[in-house]
Amino acid sequence: MKTAIGPDIVEGQTMLQEIYHDSPRQDHKRKIRWTAILLAGYLLAARPVFGNSEDPSQVPNMFKPQSTPAHSIFHLSLFVLAICAVIFVIVFSLLTYSVIKFRRRANDDGREPPPIYGSNQIELAWTVIPVLIVLVLFLATARVIHGIQQAKKPAEAIEVIAIGHQFWWEFRYPALGVLTANELHVPVSDPSHPTPTFITLLSADTDHSFWVPRLAGKTDLIPNHENHMWIDPDEPGIFIGQCAQYCGTQHAKMLLRVYVDSPEQFKKWVQEQSKPAQVSESAKEGRRIFETTACINCHAVSGTVADGRFGPDLTHLMSRDTIASGAATNTFENLRLWIHDPETIKPGSLMPAMNLNQKDLDAVTAYLETLR
Amino acid sequence: MLSLIAAELAIFTIFVVAYLFYIGKSVTGPLPKDVLELPIFASICLLSSSLTIHAAVSALRNGRVRTFAIWWFATMVLGLIFLGETAREWHHLIFEKGLTISTNLFGTTYYSLVGLHAFHVTVGLICIAVAMILALLGKLKQEHSERADIFSLYWHFVDVVWIVVFTVVYIIGR
Amino acid sequence: MASETIALTAAHDVSQPIGTILHDWVTTVDHKKLGILYILYALVFLVIGGIEATIMRIQLIVPHNHFVSPQVFNRMFTMHGTTMIFFVAMPILFGFGNYLIPLMIGARDMAFPRLNAWSFWLTAFGGLLLYFSFVGGNGLYGAGTAPDVGWFAYAPLTATAFSMGHSTDFWTLGLLVSGFGSIGTAVNILATIVCLRCPGMTLGKMPLFAWLNLVMAAMVLLAISPLTAAQIMLSLDRFLGAHFFDTQAGGSAVMWMHFFWIFGHPEVYVLVIPAFAFASEIIPVFSRKPIFGYPVMVAATVCIGFVGFSVWAHHMFTVGMNSYANSFFTITTMAIGVPTGIKIFNWIGTMWGGKIIFKTPMLFCIAFLFQFLIAGLTGIMLSAAPFDWQLGNSYFVVAHFHYVIVGGILFTLFGAFYYWFPKMSGRMYNETLGRWHFWLFFIGFHLTFDFMHVPGLLGMPRRIYTYEPGRGWEIWNLICTVGVVFQIAGTFVFIGNLLWSYFKGKAAGNDPWDAWTLEWSTSSPPVEYNFARIPVVKSRRPLWDIKHPEDPDWKYE
Repeated sequence: MKTAIGPDIVEGQTMLQEIYHDSPRQDHKRKIRWTAILLAGYLLAARPVFGNSEDPSQVPNMFKPQSTPAHSIFHLSLFVLAICAVIFVIVFSLLTYSVIKFRRRANDDGREPPPIYGSNQIELAWTVIPVLIVLVLFLATARVIHGIQQAKKPAEAIEVIAIGHQFWWEFRYPALGVLTANELHVPVSDPSHPTPTFITLLSADTDHSFWVPRLAGKTDLIPNHENHMWIDPDEPGIFIGQCAQYCGTQHAKMLLRVYVDSPEQFKKWVQEQSKPAQVSESAKEGRRIFETTACINCHAVSGTVADGRFGPDLTHLMSRDTIASGAATNTFENLRLWIHDPETIKPGSLMPAMNLNQKDLDAVTAYLETLR
Repeated sequence: MLSLIAAELAIFTIFVVAYLFYIGKSVTGPLPKDVLELPIFASICLLSSSLTIHAAVSALRNGRVRTFAIWWFATMVLGLIFLGETAREWHHLIFEKGLTISTNLFGTTYYSLVGLHAFHVTVGLICIAVAMILALLGKLKQEHSERADIFSLYWHFVDVVWIVVFTVVYIIGR
Repeated sequence: MASETIALTAAHDVSQPIGTILHDWVTTVDHKKLGILYILYALVFLVIGGIEATIMRIQLIVPHNHFVSPQVFNRMFTMHGTTMIFFVAMPILFGFGNYLIPLMIGARDMAFPRLNAWSFWLTAFGGLLLYFSFVGGNGLYGAGTAPDVGWFAYAPLTATAFSMGHSTDFWTLGLLVSGFGSIGTAVNILATIVCLRCPGMTLGKMPLFAWLNLVMAAMVLLAISPLTAAQIMLSLDRFLGAHFFDTQAGGSAVMWMHFFWIFGHPEVYVLVIPAFAFASEIIPVFSRKPIFGYPVMVAATVCIGFVGFSVWAHHMFTVGMNSYANSFFTITTMAIGVPTGIKIFNWIGTMWGGKIIFKTPMLFCIAFLFQFLIAGLTGIMLSAAPFDWQLGNSYFVVAHFHYVIVGGILFTLFGAFYYWFPKMSGRMYNETLGRWHFWLFFIGFHLTFDFMHVPGLLGMPRRIYTYEPGRGWEIWNLICTVGVVFQIAGTFVFIGNLLWSYFKGKAAGNDPWDAWTLEWSTSSPPVEYNFARIPVVKSRRPLWDIKHPEDPDWKYE
């Protein structure tokens, strides 16, 4: 984080210096006032970074990597940032020096300065040096590109197909027979015995992009164009991300959560997800309504007549922490509101308001609550 | 005019790239090998019109307005024949083979590329017709030869593009 | 636009009836009047685009804000981007080019005056067509919508299945029409510079301004054409049911991306090269030294022009190209940093050993140098493909290209306004107001765009109408929005200064800056035929030669 905002802070000093030196004729009071305002602004801005008021696990900070692709990008970025910082300091100093040193003084004699038309030696120097810097940067970058893109898939790898929809994520585990939405579960990958997850990216409609900054860089999901990426998280936890390619009205609330489970947890999760839907006597009425209204046009519940594929699979809805692709937590009230009037939670989403009466609404919600 | 041609070249390049990219990617038929025939006669007409327009312009440069008018008229006729042949081919494809722009990717790219070229031929023919009328009215003189010359650049360009289109659509594409 | 035009001309000739003046401006083929029309037209759209940006910033000031709906927000960023690129930046730069190129190369007008007028009106109606979508986008019976597909309108979001109504059609056709206008202007600029230079002005003695515009015009020809072709294809898709970008029928979404960015990236250079041109005229005059390394500057620009056409896919590092393509576009993108860096060094070389005068135009240019340095460095970061996998499509990118477009292009444009205002109007601007404008805008710019980098690093994607609390993005978004207030204040001072100075400013005289290029040798504002006698030049600084006959430039060049 500190590295990241480094240039900004240095630049703040630029502003101060410029203000201080560029206008020798302006009175001092004004200078001091501006300086104070700017300093206050920068301190205010810097507070949350150093104070850390948020829950850090909720911040999708790319500088806190937790998986090999994100790690190697992180290291590359430090290298690039360092080179850029050096260039910045040098050119910045040159610029500042020339602006201050060569300003016209108050006691100027009015003569024109001697004209200089150029110098081939100097031009050559400031051509060759940047070329060398570019070469170094390129070699470092190319290594990381190939390292990430041409990684071998080990036999233990988990395979996932991620399909982008307007505005939610579908995840299929073809080898495990699991189908879920919006919350991707993957096992933690022990470096001595790696179990990375290889994700095939597809889209059902428009372009999307899979981006969980702490696990890997983003890769787009494009219709008619298969993409691949992989992650190998080294610690359990929840990792936040979201769609990073504008995909339509509700692009903003196409949120994404990756749950990194311990191997045992993951195994248990897979077992539970592979079961058909639970049949509960208590929610018979709700199930009847669900299966006789438009719900089943889009949603599927395995083992029942509901086999729609347009919206998320609801077989194990209650195993998920969020609904509406992360737009709301998965509580009874939110679920009920989501069925009753999706526009209040996610305006522009493709889920229609179901126009059920209060009794039916309660019954359907109660039925969905049994889908564990 | 040269810069305009550069811009036009870029436009055509994009269409040609699209055509090449989509060769063989159609989801449904009809496919090019089933329906396309080589438009040899039309091509000969169009390409020879380059020669006639060259003859016309050099005649005008030497002040022989009558000779100019004859060659110029020949260019126009050859261009019209080409357009007519294209129209006949399209009629055949649309009404007999059922291939339209929205049928498949081949239809999309074929009609847009050939259509874009035919559109340029049409624009050229309109210009030629205007100059022809002026010539018949006796308003076209030797001092206009530079303009005719510049216009002939455009016409040559359209011809060269046809060679590319022909190669791409009728030879590689089939 | 019309009313402002009337106001400005009315001050000149009070005696003429408004109808005559209006007729005069609408039918004009004079490059200076057309230049001013371009500039005024672009200023109007600058204000409109600014309002759209302000709406977005208000919406993002706190998480889960309800200031506008997602639909409106999406329209705002689409219209903001499209407007600023196509109907502000391009016309305003064309305007300055139109006005200044004939004056600088000692010509009486552009090569094709009527084509010039035609191009302007095409551009103008392109803009009106785009904005008509607010009324007609949904069909005249609907509520009316503007396009909401983003300014690069990725397929298949633009397909009829996902974008119903006609809003996207207005977008396509508006850009198609103004694109033809741009091609016309580019042809005109090329022909003018190639054919109409005054006696003695060889290519090596042209002002850098003309050189850079020459490169820009060539790039417009080759960059706008692919966009035109792609727009034609999109129109065929939407109107005739073709399948170029219809992914359901085998069409390719990636192809649209390639076509768009083959236009889109050179477009950045099309915009920034005229900005370089302004800086290359203003910095020498206010440093009292000739430009350092003229031939190298020209070579660097031409180099940017060529390499600029081979970097487009760095906008597409995340679409899943293979590792070799990614590496290729990484190296070309990094390589283009070299000639750009050379330019910055040459401007420093120009100031080095000079006597820098801090008038408003120079203030803007110095700020440009600092900001462009930072924009270039963040560009290097983005060019490293893996780093871009994280930063691409995040607020970091938004901050980066606003640093280029606002911090680079808009700042030099403001500098150009102040520098050439005396020539165009015949009056001096108010220096105090100019400084107020500079500092307000400077502070606003840095508040908004410095801090915009951070949420990008913290994982905030662009084009989201709202965001979740607790992700560390709130404070940065708040600061960004606060900066907008300063920018708006600065813009008000700017427009106020222009209006006030136009009516009340001191008379400027022919050459208020003691400058060296030909436009300062004629009257302010220049007469319709520009020069009573076509000048003859011997060096790159003809007016220096006249002012310093004892030590003329042509002895050294």
